Formats: sequence, C-alpha cells, structure tokens
Amino acid sequence: MDWQAIWLSVRLAASTTAILLVLGLPVAYWLTYSERRWKFLVEALVALPLVLPPTVLGFYVLMAMGPRSPIGALYGKLTGGMILPFSFQGLLLASVLYSLPFTVQPVAAAFAGVDKKLIEASWCLGVSRLATFRRVIVPLALPGIATGAILSFAHTLGEFGVVLMVGGNIAGVTRTVSISIYDQVQSLDYTAAGQTALFLLLVSFAVLAITYGLQRRVWGVWRIR
Amino acid sequence: MSPRFELDARVSIPLTGVTVLFGASGSGKTTLLRLLAGLEKPDSGSIVFRGKPWQGLSPQQRRTGFLFQDYALFPHLTVAENVAYAGPRATAAGLMEAFGLAELADRRPRAISGGQQQRTALARALAAGPELLLLDGPLSALDAPSRMRMRYELRRLLLAGGVPSIVVTHDRMEAVALGDWMAVMVEGRVRQSGPVRVVFRRPADLQVAESVGVENVLPAEVAGREAGLLTLHVGALRSQCVDSGETGSVYACIHAEDVAITREAGISSARNRLAGQVRSVTVEGALARIELDCGFPLVARVTAQSAGELALREGEQVAAVVKATAVHLAAYSQPSPR
Repeated sequence: MDWQAIWLSVRLAASTTAILLVLGLPVAYWLTYSERRWKFLVEALVALPLVLPPTVLGFYVLMAMGPRSPIGALYGKLTGGMILPFSFQGLLLASVLYSLPFTVQPVAAAFAGVDKKLIEASWCLGVSRLATFRRVIVPLALPGIATGAILSFAHTLGEFGVVLMVGGNIAGVTRTVSISIYDQVQSLDYTAAGQTALFLLLVSFAVLAITYGLQRRVWGVWRIR
Repeated sequence: MSPRFELDARVSIPLTGVTVLFGASGSGKTTLLRLLAGLEKPDSGSIVFRGKPWQGLSPQQRRTGFLFQDYALFPHLTVAENVAYAGPRATAAGLMEAFGLAELADRRPRAISGGQQQRTALARALAAGPELLLLDGPLSALDAPSRMRMRYELRRLLLAGGVPSIVVTHDRMEAVALGDWMAVMVEGRVRQSGPVRVVFRRPADLQVAESVGVENVLPAEVAGREAGLLTLHVGALRSQCVDSGETGSVYACIHAEDVAITREAGISSARNRLAGQVRSVTVEGALARIELDCGFPLVARVTAQSAGELALREGEQVAAVVKATAVHLAAYSQPSPR
C-alpha cells in the first residue's frame, strides 16, 4: 500500500475540512438568512462543483492560479516566488472549492432548521448577532455541521480529476490515494491497487457510518418536540 | 419577503403596569408587537419610548425581552442556563428562587410543564434587565385549566418584575384578568384605548363592541334627551340611557348579563322593557344563554337556576328588562380613510 499517498490524502482532507468550516459557516449563514433577490445566483455558484466535471473545475482553477494570473502573481509575491500549480497549497485551494457544497449545503439546511424565534428571542434579550450565532445557532446546528465536515473530508479523500488537473502526480506532494490507485492499475499492479482501494472503501464506509450514528444519537438528545 | 400589511397604530401607551393589546387574530396586534421589538421594520412612522426615538434601533438596543407564544426557550440549555442567558448570574439565581424554578435548575425546557416554561421565559427576560416587556399571547400555549390559574399568577409576576409590559391577547377574560389599560385593534388599526373597564363597558364603535364581545350591539336612534338621560328607540324598545352627547343613529351596546327576563304576562313594551319570544335556550355550565326575538335578536344570560324556575321553552312569550345604566352607546364607525 502506498502509505505516503494515504498520508498525503488525509492531510489534504483534514486541511480542506478545517478551512471549509471557517469559510463555509458564514456562507451557509448568509445563504440561510439573507433576503437578497440574487441569493439564488450564489446558491447555484456554491453548488456548481456538484455537477461540474472535475476536469472542468480543475482546468479553470489551474488557469486561475498560474504564475501569470493575478492570483498566481499575488501568491508568488507573498511567498517569495512559490507557485500554486503542482503544489500542496494549490491542491488545497482546489479541494476547498471542489468540496464547498459538501460543507455549505448540510450546514445551511441545519441553520434553516433552527427555530427563527429562538434567534429573535436571543436578539431581544440584547445578545448580539455574532454571539447569538455562537451560542444558539451553532449548538443547535451541530449535527448538520458535523455532517458537512465529515462529508467534505470523505469527498476530498477520494478526489481524482481535480487533483490530476491541478496537482499532477508528484510523490509526497500531490500524489493522493486515488492517483496512486490509478498509477498502480496502469502499471498492472492489481494487488497493490486492490489493497489501496479496499482501504479507501473501508475508511469511507466507516466515516459515513459514524456520521449517521452520531446524528441519530445527537438528535435523540436534542429533540425539541 | 413578508406580505404587505397595513397597520395604522396611533396610540400612546402608559408605561406603568400591564397594557393589553386586544384584537381578533389577523387584526395586526402581533405585527405591532414585533414592530415595537424591532423585529419588523415599518415603512414609515415613529416609535418613541420614554422620549427616545426607537426607529433605527436594533432589537438588541431596545431590549424588550420579547416573550413568544411558545416561549422559545433554548432547548440545548438547562432552565438555569436559559434564565442566566443574558443576565448576571446573581440576578438569574434570585429570579429562579422568586419564580419557584430553583429545583428545576438542571432540567431541559422540554422536561418541564407549560406553566414552568412560561415562568422560565419570563425569568429569562427579566434577568436581562429589559426596559419594556412584550408578551405575545403568553397563555395561549397552555391547556385550559392552567390558563385560568396562570392569568392572575402572570399578572402578579409581571407587576413583581416592575417592568412595564404589553400583552397581546384575543381572549376577553385574559384581557380583564391581566390588564390595567388596553388598546383594541381592528383590521390593523388601533380603534380605542383606555382603562380596561372603560373599554369593555363603553366600546367606542360597532367593531370595537363586536371585538370585545358585547353580545348585543343594536342599531338605535336617539329620539330625545331630558335631565341627563337620552331616550332611545331600539326597534320597538323604548329605552333610556345616560346622556353622553350622542345624537342621531348610534349603536346600543348591551352585555347579555345585563338583560333580565320575566314572565309577567300582559305587559307589552314599556320603558326599558319589551316583549319577545324565546328562540333558544342554551345551558353553559352554571349559566344559560337565551336568545330572544323582540323584532330584533336579543341575547340574555341568566343563571341556569333561574332559567329552570322560569321554565323557559322555545316559542314562549316573555319580557326582557334592561336597566338604563346598562345601555351604552357606540358611535357609527366612519369608514376609515385609506
């Protein structure tokens, strides 16, 4: 088994999930409570990675972060000449975009499920919007937030197309588990491919089983009605 | 987002004791309450609280301790954590003690009764040190027996809290039991405001009278005035009532409790009494509701005992007697300007 690739995938998935939690919660909050007319456009944009072929997403991300693009140039200036394509950081950026709906959608659904009156009651008690978010909305939406985090983690763990486009296949830097399996099959090493594939299958199943189990119990404890 | 709703509320509310905002559902009282709390924004108009303009202030800045119909307790927090949510721990602990919640401190809201939830919500609001309390149908989530018990209990707690409060209700008994002062809303407008007793005894117009539940609201003509009394023609009834300056067409408002029934035969219409036919007798617990046909429908309420003694049956001739002091006049309501 390609432990190096597994470890890289786990690191990538964990970092992606952490960034998505910081980024996805405000986005989900805005999508849930904003009354802007053009909200549907942002919703569609966030959901785009669900339907877009990973190669298409990967292509645009690759173009957007090339050294001559504004983003790539700024990154080079900030880091003293580093480039995003074919680096772990570039892969991370692409993964965040790719898994964004997997965080935002369950979290937004959980936010929408929080009784609006609880939020208004908190405001009328003099508690700020931010503190209300932290003390009422997040605790009550915790199962949804956990689901979003776990789904993003599992989704990033198995990504292939985007990685191939943006990261290429550099051992220890951008060769993730799924790329490794592809390599092993290409070199007719079916035993290794089978082992890695089985490992990924078991991890994915375990992660999902834990999510659903956790949700049941959490809902059981917090059921309101 | 929210549908357009026309609300025209010109009213000043005394900031002492309990004020009841009264009206049928859909009359706009909850919307008015949400406007006061800052949860809705009016298209125009102003709210002034103790000389301070409130428009543009967030709900947080107004601190109205809004009490929702279902109390909106935080389900993930214990009773103690709910009460101490927005106030100092010492204040919260004192209120828990005063409201009899101390032994429930570690329970979750769903594990306590409706009445206890209400006290928790009230304690939570008071702990935050509000300037004004707004209560939206505070008793409507309770079952009937607790609702009766909690009416006076709630008034006691509100007065003990020492914070002026505005209570929304559509229940007459609740209005009487809770309020010192009331404002009646009809179709998005505040139509009358004043001390509770005055509003119930002297509704300003037909819709207010119907809204506060005066059973008999009868079209009448002022036929003459003499020595502080008015002579009224209500159908065939010649009635007298206290002169408060009305002329022409008015409504005569008579509570069903103020209509007495006798079987003295042979008397046709005399002053403040008129003959009628019994149309129906409905026993409601200890009371009986009797509908008469006196040329116009008239509802009387007597004790079930006296209804039995009179042996009232449908179709029988009786006489209805209305005391002059029980007749109150309400002006014809003008169509409100749009």
